[in-house]
Amino acid sequence: MQRPPFIAIGLLSVCVLAYEVLLTRLFSIVLWHHFAYMIISAAMLGYGASGTALNLLKEKIARHFGMVYVMAAAALAVLMPGAFLLAQQVPFDPLELLWDKTQPGKLFAVYLLMMLPFFCGGLGIGLIFTHFGKQSSRIYACDILGAGIGSLGVIVVVFLLPPNRVLNGLTALAMLAAAIAVIELKIRTKWLMELFIGMALLAIVLPGMQVHPSPYKDLSQALNIVGAKVVEERNSPLGQVTVVENNRVPLRDAPGMSLNATMEPPPQLGVFVDGNGPSALTKFDGSLAPLAYLDQLTSALPYHVLGSDEPATLESARVLVLGAGAGSDVLQALYHGSKDIDAVELDRNIIDLVSQRFRNFSGNLYSLPGVRVYITEARGFVNTSRERYDLIQVALLDSFGAASAGLYGLSENYLYTVEALQTFLSRLSPDGMLAVTRWLTLPPRDALKLFATAISALERGGVTDPAAHLVMIRGWKTVTLLVKSGAFTPGEITAIKEFCRERSFDLAYYPGMRADEANRYNLLEQPAFFDGAVALLGPQRQGFIDQYKFYIEPATDDRPHFFRFFKWDAAEELFALREQGGMALLDWSYPLLVATLVQAIAASVLLILAPLALSRCRNTLPGIPAAMYFLFIGFAFMFMEIAFIQKFVLFLSHPLYAVAVVLCAFLTFAAAGSWIAGRWQAVNKVTLAVIALGAISLLYLAILPGLFQALIHLPDEVRILISVALIAPLAMCMGVPYPTGMTRLANMSEQAIPWAWAINGFASVVGAVLATLLAIHLGFAAVILLAIMIYGLAALALRGFA
Amino acid sequence: MKRHLSLSAFLFFCSVIPTHGGEFDAARHRMVEEVLSDAAGTSSYSGRAAFSPNVIASMDKVERHLFVPADLASSAYLNRPLPIGYGQTISQPYIVALMTEVMRIGAGDKVLEIGTGSGYQAAVLAEITKSVYSIEIIKPLGEQAGERLKTLGYRNVETRVGDGYYGWPEAAPFDAIIVTAAVSHVPPPLIKQLKPGGRIVIPLGTQFMTQYLMLVEKQQDGSVRTRQILPVRFVPLTGGH
Repeated sequence: MQRPPFIAIGLLSVCVLAYEVLLTRLFSIVLWHHFAYMIISAAMLGYGASGTALNLLKEKIARHFGMVYVMAAAALAVLMPGAFLLAQQVPFDPLELLWDKTQPGKLFAVYLLMMLPFFCGGLGIGLIFTHFGKQSSRIYACDILGAGIGSLGVIVVVFLLPPNRVLNGLTALAMLAAAIAVIELKIRTKWLMELFIGMALLAIVLPGMQVHPSPYKDLSQALNIVGAKVVEERNSPLGQVTVVENNRVPLRDAPGMSLNATMEPPPQLGVFVDGNGPSALTKFDGSLAPLAYLDQLTSALPYHVLGSDEPATLESARVLVLGAGAGSDVLQALYHGSKDIDAVELDRNIIDLVSQRFRNFSGNLYSLPGVRVYITEARGFVNTSRERYDLIQVALLDSFGAASAGLYGLSENYLYTVEALQTFLSRLSPDGMLAVTRWLTLPPRDALKLFATAISALERGGVTDPAAHLVMIRGWKTVTLLVKSGAFTPGEITAIKEFCRERSFDLAYYPGMRADEANRYNLLEQPAFFDGAVALLGPQRQGFIDQYKFYIEPATDDRPHFFRFFKWDAAEELFALREQGGMALLDWSYPLLVATLVQAIAASVLLILAPLALSRCRNTLPGIPAAMYFLFIGFAFMFMEIAFIQKFVLFLSHPLYAVAVVLCAFLTFAAAGSWIAGRWQAVNKVTLAVIALGAISLLYLAILPGLFQALIHLPDEVRILISVALIAPLAMCMGVPYPTGMTRLANMSEQAIPWAWAINGFASVVGAVLATLLAIHLGFAAVILLAIMIYGLAALALRGFA
Repeated sequence: MKRHLSLSAFLFFCSVIPTHGGEFDAARHRMVEEVLSDAAGTSSYSGRAAFSPNVIASMDKVERHLFVPADLASSAYLNRPLPIGYGQTISQPYIVALMTEVMRIGAGDKVLEIGTGSGYQAAVLAEITKSVYSIEIIKPLGEQAGERLKTLGYRNVETRVGDGYYGWPEAAPFDAIIVTAAVSHVPPPLIKQLKPGGRIVIPLGTQFMTQYLMLVEKQQDGSVRTRQILPVRFVPLTGGH
């Protein structure tokens, strides 16, 4: 008996999982980060379709088993860069999705292309399982070990190499897997091994493939400008940081500067993260005069309030800048005389740019007396800080274009949730204030949602009269909200009015504001910001939120999609008005998600279910209970996995960490659960596992928010370990139902197994996207509860074919 | 309303008479009719029941299909934005008409455009006014547009490739300025180069999606007042609030 190719299978698994995580990185650079759910769905589709292919072709393949396996590995090697290269050639542009009828087809093409490498990987791994059935537990161990190393290892590697070089590395690794398989499977065509090794070496020495960001991304636009050049590029899992210099057409970033201002910003470099931005790295030589433009932005308001009653308080004020980036907000604080500034930034690369690579240009900003920089996650920092701040400034880091086009409609943002604001407010001095600046959108969206979120945060913090603690102003492009610990004083209100008058900014709300004070400088058809703020503070708040045509319900940690403003009713109306400019008010990210769901259903029917239905297997359909069982556990598993990925974005600080860690933990421990299930003799083990996983999930729903708050300050590695430990018991329980069901079915009607595999695959492909959609509408907690219920139904269905 | 009807009748008449360019002409007339019917919803901004006759006549005259990539010519008269390369777009005709309308330009006015793009907006302006100055920041786009406008005989349009931040001091002051390039703030030199009583129009949003128009009006005393115009009649609230 041949020995299974343990090393080759492990390497293949490393490649497939590393590729899945790497793709989320690559798609962030080319398009935008929330394509992660589509990649998970494409991976599942590849696996599912390979299962169907294996079932239909097993007799034909069996004769050439070794060669097919080796070729699948080699094809994976070629297709990992190949499919991505081809996908880049597809002129898919999400911004045109609603204008151009050909775009959904292009999206589908990208999806199918991204499925191909996973099809090959799935084929290789599935082939080994089919061929060496009796040794499957050891194969499983190698497979899962590889998956774990792949998904986490790629995170480490992305720190060291740019993503396109990592892709070359994975190609080389898959070629090596093919070469090793030639030895392990004792294939006689020895030149194949030499060929594969040669190709692996070639992949290493060849330059990385060009990754072309969408021409509509901010970086692409900046590089088109005459005189622009990239002067620095750095990579980490947090993003690709690119610095652009343009001496001919300088950046001149002064977002929403007052029209009364006559100055020009000093020289600046543009800092882009994954092609989004830019944020400005401003030249600073110690002289404050060139920074005067920073006093002409709405975000300068809190400094005028702080110094209004007692000018000396401004100098002694403790300022915290969250999301300090390349330092504009720190410069703003310095300009206004602050001598005590804490700056928090997540991405070490950006701090290094300011402090090392461009230290002379930036005036070594982060090492100036009175300025301290912390490289950590904002919420974790605030949560564990013992300081009391007079001002917490939340920087405006996303670009105007991205925000106004609804690019972030699907992404989680844990800075603008009720819980986040509560945490920030709890760290303020008795007269301290929180300042948040957002881009202005019309009709008002961000501003009113933020206002509603702040009201909820104040109320939850025990404030009985939130109206006395809130001030909002608007310029022509930005809105600034102030939330104060105490009530605003008459002196402060006077300072706010004066600040706005001098700069022709409008008052949107202050305690005691009269209607005729709104809408004076920057005229809107209706004083919509003032009216909205008043309605949100009034007794009819919920009615106003419900009737508003955009979704402005406060964001919470359970539903942290701050940038989701989409409502179906309004969408219908806006789509009808598309030719009168209505289209611009529709967030495209939501229709994209729906389009992805439709294509996931179509593709999985087409590639997983239809081939079986058209083959001889059409006569071996399992009974309804068995079919439902595999459908249910497919959906429930995916719901749990996606909900936990999104939930752990808060704890692990970044979507990529969350995808890698949660995927790795789920795979590894679900495999362990499967292994235990095989040796566990209990009759009702599925029921027991479902009860256990239900109990664990409910416990997590209750304790995770508090636990995350308490532990979020710990170093990355420790948080990763804690995440794995938290997921382990849950995933182990979730590993039980699949093999148990398969064994049952094998005993009853073995011919129906391909169907069980396919139905489960279908549910996984669709579930990955559906879970994201449900999470946006119902929240993560509801998705997890739904998963528990579906597991419950699965346990019942199992009785039907026991 | 009467004028609206007579203009529509005129356009319908134009569309049924075969003219030079055949199908493109008919498509253009249809596009203008569409833009015209969309205009009713914006009367509260422009202060008029419909777009001005000179704006409509200009939209009806400028051959948009000559300003888009050849492979998109067949879509040129759809009321939608189209890509023109380099991550730029040619705006939706309705938005072009609206921007031109709110600039309120007269036949003798001097207009500055920051962001030539394909040159379509400059051509529309050039049909209405005596001189248009246009600056493009992306070299190949600016060169192509300059060449195109020259070929089409727009002798009253001057183009330049370069930085639009400082405007066009040699030709200043201007009666109106349109800034279609992405800007983080309104460049103070542009306000300086605007005549008292003049207007600056800035569409804000992304490629393919104009969120709103910003209108800067310079008063006789040199101070400025701004208005923000939502191109679409969309009331965000239903019910009794």
